Amino acid sequence: MSTGTTGFAEPADTPAPARSSAPRLLRAAARRLLGAAAVLLGAATVAFAALQLVPGDPVTVMLGPGTAATPEVKAAIQEQYGLDRPVPVQYFTYLGHLLTGDLGESYQLQRPVADLIGDQLGPTVQLGAAALGLAVLLALLAAVGTAGRRPALRALSSLAELLAVSSPSYWIGILLLTAFSFQLRVFPVAGDDGFAALVLPAVTLALPVAGMLAQVLREGLETALGKPFVLTARSRGVGSAAVVLRHALRHAAVPVVTLTGWLTGSLLGGAVLVESVFGRPGIGALTLQATTNKDLPLVIGLVLLSALVFVVISALVDLLYLVIDPRLRTD
Amino acid sequence: MTHPAAPGTPESSPPLLAVEGLDVSFGPVRAVQDVSFALDRGECLAVVGESGSGKSVTARTLVGLTGAGGRVPAAVSARRLAFDGLDLATLTEAQWREVRGRRIGLVLQDALVSLDPLRTVGAEIAEPLRVHGLATRAALPARVRSLLERTGVPEPQRRAAQYAHQLSGGLRQRALIASALAAEPDLLIADEPTTALDVTVQAQVLDLLDELRGKGTALLLISHDLSVVGRLADRVAVMFGGRIVETGPAERLLAEPRHPYTRALLAAVPGARTRGTRLAPEPAGRPPASPGGCPYAARCAAADDTCRSTLPPVDALGSRCWHPTAAGASVLSVREPDPAPTVVDGADRTALLDVDRIGRSFAGRPVVRDVSFRLHAGETLGLVGESGSGKTTTARIVLGLERPDTGSVLLDGRPWSELTERRRRPDRLRIQAVQQDPLGSFDPRFTVERLVAEAVARTGVPRGEARRHRVTELLDQVGLPAALLARRPTELSGGQRQRVAIARALAPAPALLVCDEPVSALDLSVQAQILDLLADLRRELGLALLFISHDLGVVQHLADRVAVMKDGRLVETATVDRLFAEPADPYTRRLLAATAPVGASR
Amino acid sequence: MAHTTVEPVPGPDAAPDAVLLKAPEVPAPAAPARRRPPLALLLALAALALLLVAALAPGLLSSASPIETHPAEALTPPGAAHWFGTDQLGRDLFARVLHGARPSLLLGLGATAFAITGGTLLGLAAALGGRWADQILMRLADVLLSLPPILLALLAVTVLGTGSLNVMLAIAIAFVPGYARIVRAETLVVRRSGYVEAAVGLGLPRPLLIVRHVLPNAVGPMLVLATVGFGTALIAAAGLSFLGLGPQPPSPEWGAMLSQGRRFLATAWWVGVFPGAAITATALVVNVLGRRAQARFTRRTDA
Repeated sequence: MSTGTTGFAEPADTPAPARSSAPRLLRAAARRLLGAAAVLLGAATVAFAALQLVPGDPVTVMLGPGTAATPEVKAAIQEQYGLDRPVPVQYFTYLGHLLTGDLGESYQLQRPVADLIGDQLGPTVQLGAAALGLAVLLALLAAVGTAGRRPALRALSSLAELLAVSSPSYWIGILLLTAFSFQLRVFPVAGDDGFAALVLPAVTLALPVAGMLAQVLREGLETALGKPFVLTARSRGVGSAAVVLRHALRHAAVPVVTLTGWLTGSLLGGAVLVESVFGRPGIGALTLQATTNKDLPLVIGLVLLSALVFVVISALVDLLYLVIDPRLRTD
Repeated sequence: MTHPAAPGTPESSPPLLAVEGLDVSFGPVRAVQDVSFALDRGECLAVVGESGSGKSVTARTLVGLTGAGGRVPAAVSARRLAFDGLDLATLTEAQWREVRGRRIGLVLQDALVSLDPLRTVGAEIAEPLRVHGLATRAALPARVRSLLERTGVPEPQRRAAQYAHQLSGGLRQRALIASALAAEPDLLIADEPTTALDVTVQAQVLDLLDELRGKGTALLLISHDLSVVGRLADRVAVMFGGRIVETGPAERLLAEPRHPYTRALLAAVPGARTRGTRLAPEPAGRPPASPGGCPYAARCAAADDTCRSTLPPVDALGSRCWHPTAAGASVLSVREPDPAPTVVDGADRTALLDVDRIGRSFAGRPVVRDVSFRLHAGETLGLVGESGSGKTTTARIVLGLERPDTGSVLLDGRPWSELTERRRRPDRLRIQAVQQDPLGSFDPRFTVERLVAEAVARTGVPRGEARRHRVTELLDQVGLPAALLARRPTELSGGQRQRVAIARALAPAPALLVCDEPVSALDLSVQAQILDLLADLRRELGLALLFISHDLGVVQHLADRVAVMKDGRLVETATVDRLFAEPADPYTRRLLAATAPVGASR
Repeated sequence: MAHTTVEPVPGPDAAPDAVLLKAPEVPAPAAPARRRPPLALLLALAALALLLVAALAPGLLSSASPIETHPAEALTPPGAAHWFGTDQLGRDLFARVLHGARPSLLLGLGATAFAITGGTLLGLAAALGGRWADQILMRLADVLLSLPPILLALLAVTVLGTGSLNVMLAIAIAFVPGYARIVRAETLVVRRSGYVEAAVGLGLPRPLLIVRHVLPNAVGPMLVLATVGFGTALIAAAGLSFLGLGPQPPSPEWGAMLSQGRRFLATAWWVGVFPGAAITATALVVNVLGRRAQARFTRRTDA
């Protein structure tokens, strides 16, 4: 503020200039792609940098603690993976490989990282999709059914949401296992075969997410229901339920879409715990394995996968914003 | 669902709407008490009052949405609540839905938020038709088009496909009215329908409403604005504290008000005839009234013990007052003698503020273009313009909060706008600002005392007793008791907040006060008090004012000279008398024509 | 009503106020809610008190040892002798859950404290440190936010190694970008606010402006959010220890206890249920109190 202008925002009476929309859209898309690429590059760099800090020698990690390999063997392995070269060279070599789609080979499992991830992707995608669908459904039922009316029901729903939000997924998993697998024997204890094995993990992963979504959705609905346009709609003869579905829901959708996007990304993290509880194979289990074994190429591959998922989801979320809110389409 | 007309009605045709003894309370809060009125087809009744008077609650009760949006359930009771043979008091929610929109329409203020911003204007207008099953899906677009045409919206086809934010304020409000008219209700309730609009647009919307009334729609107009009422209403009901305190034909009531509150309201309207006079009655400390007394007693200059203890009945002329003014007395008589007029001279003095051909663009769009004016010590310049005309940006450049792209501002004949912030700092105290929204200009963590003390500290008053003394002195100067020192701004009323803002601005004894719409968020009676305060301070302290407003009346009341802005340019600058008597620019003339004086015949 | 705080003063505005307060156009929804006996708040405060006692002096609540093993009493179901039953080594679970309060709360508390400190510093640096600092820091935050917190924390543990302090740091690293964003956004809002502008108008020097107006108002909202964030951090930290990366046995930490307990779910449900219940109860208390703080805060600033 010592530079003369104070750098404050433009005043409210300054409408944005109108520009033709086609080039603007292209520009926006180009910026988006560039941003996505930057995030991916950043994620790769962060992962690479982080793993340079890992104490210990990767070769020892690779061979396992038990083996007593000769220095010659170690040097050969170092050369094979390029670990003997200076760090910047390693970094750019690694980036070059990434550009050609080569994620390298796992130290521990001696298989291409891309193959490992590809093998484990299926079960996790199944789990994530099921959990997300269930969470959105539960949240919609809870929030739409109770927003702005029937105080007792609303309070009950709020309590359930608060409980769901406060419960760690790994504990929910243990409770569900105890009740449905060990006591009632309705669902299998572990594994990934078929629908029955998917139910408990999906519910486990979904409950905290549903709680969070329902809270945000109800708050959004109730905010919208207090707005003048709702009063206007009611004054036209629209019933209170119809006003929620036809008017308020769309307004409440914006924060919910944001949150759903973020939560979808974090499902990958949740999968680490849930897959561990239920002994399911998948990306989460692979991540845990990779990090505990310090399997650097695999860790980087998984980080990149997460970042990619994030980038794709944020693009989808931004698109959804445009669908929901016409005000964003015209600046 | 039509009942036969209530038995025992003496008239040959009962009124379309008859309200008798309406009471509405929210828990312990009695928002509306014993309100009665009637309304016929083709008639317009205006309900006038300040915020909190119960006028909007009354309006919402008539569509069965009294407590909508609030958490506190509303308790409604009435001796009679009859609409076209229908007993509104006994309707079930399902029956209400048949009435809403179809029989009684509601128009709220500010269509930007009253039309669903996520749906097209066409969908919003079609909604009543769909809800009431009045048109097939295929017929809807044509119906929407004709409704938009009927409300004077050009290019209806294109507009129907647009969203509220893509329409100008006037078109938006027309679209909102079109949606209320879609199902052809017999009664239209308009709650502040023009409040958010610029004056020229206001006039157009009022004309539209007038036209509807001419075609037989009954109109219940809710407003705080007497000039709106004067244009449109056949009869006026003035509400205060939840009660109707005076009711009568519009012409009679506006020309010869009998209730002290109506008189105060009319006297508070700033304009040509109020120049140099006080707008608000003297704020003497009056004992509060008992709950059973006249609601206005605590504010009324004529109140005595009877007023405070017993509620007056409604007299034959429709006034609820123990001491109504005799018929024929003029409103102007409540005014006080004129103080000495402000000197409007100084062509030969150095200008305090010299704004020289300033220009400013945002994102390539010019907002202020080639604006020049001068302001002398002790002088008041009114800067008038509609929203988006560049007034606020001009003010910010004058305040040194924004740098002009071209041109410069001189303060006391020395450079100001081109200085670095560091070099400008010593002179900052010469110019202080009062904003429209004082709350936003207060640090939310600060108490009143700390807010004012921060400004006092800048003038070198040492911490401790001396500073506290000066703060109290400043509060006293703006008419605030020291009891407010420990309050937070959120605990104050709008008027009190603005007074605190003024006290803070006065602390460094500035030469120039830049007031950006300082009263536009306030009720009329509070606006009157703040305008009086500014006039007093100007006289006592020799302050110069740059007074920015969209309200011509306010500017006419207060300013020595007026500058009119449009699209970033000054179109005309003249003394206040010249400008209002012989406006030179066509835009100024349009602006003046749109602002009809109160009580003007239609 | 809430407005009873406004005492009748004989100021010129007092009368209009009184009327306004007697009959609001639309009754404020917040007002009656404050009157209602806040049962949830009382329960949460009582639970918080219990938690604090457990964390500071667990011996007051149970005389049993959390470490001593009694193989003969292994996996006893809950009963009068052992309220929560015993684990596979015959240790009293009630005592273990109580003694687990301190390490578990410390994990969450430490992680939150680190995250807030880091987030505040980085957020302020981004908002006030000029364009380049802002660009670099926020792009970095973008990258870190693109990874799920658990993955970031796992990555951090990979680098730092296991153990209590490292788990705290790992969770903090996962949460820092979020807090930094909030502080930066708040700082930018505050910098453009009317009151900072008013202070500029009073000629306040920049350092004073920042210390007096910008800092407190920008950090305040984050501190409120951090209450709820503490709950999240607690759950995440216990999660890492559940995965075996936290404090090592026999230390009674809730996540680790839960992890051991799941081997016996088929026969002894209580070993898995109670430690988890403690985590949930704590998070619940924190969420109730945090939301309350948030509501109060927004009421104070927006009213």
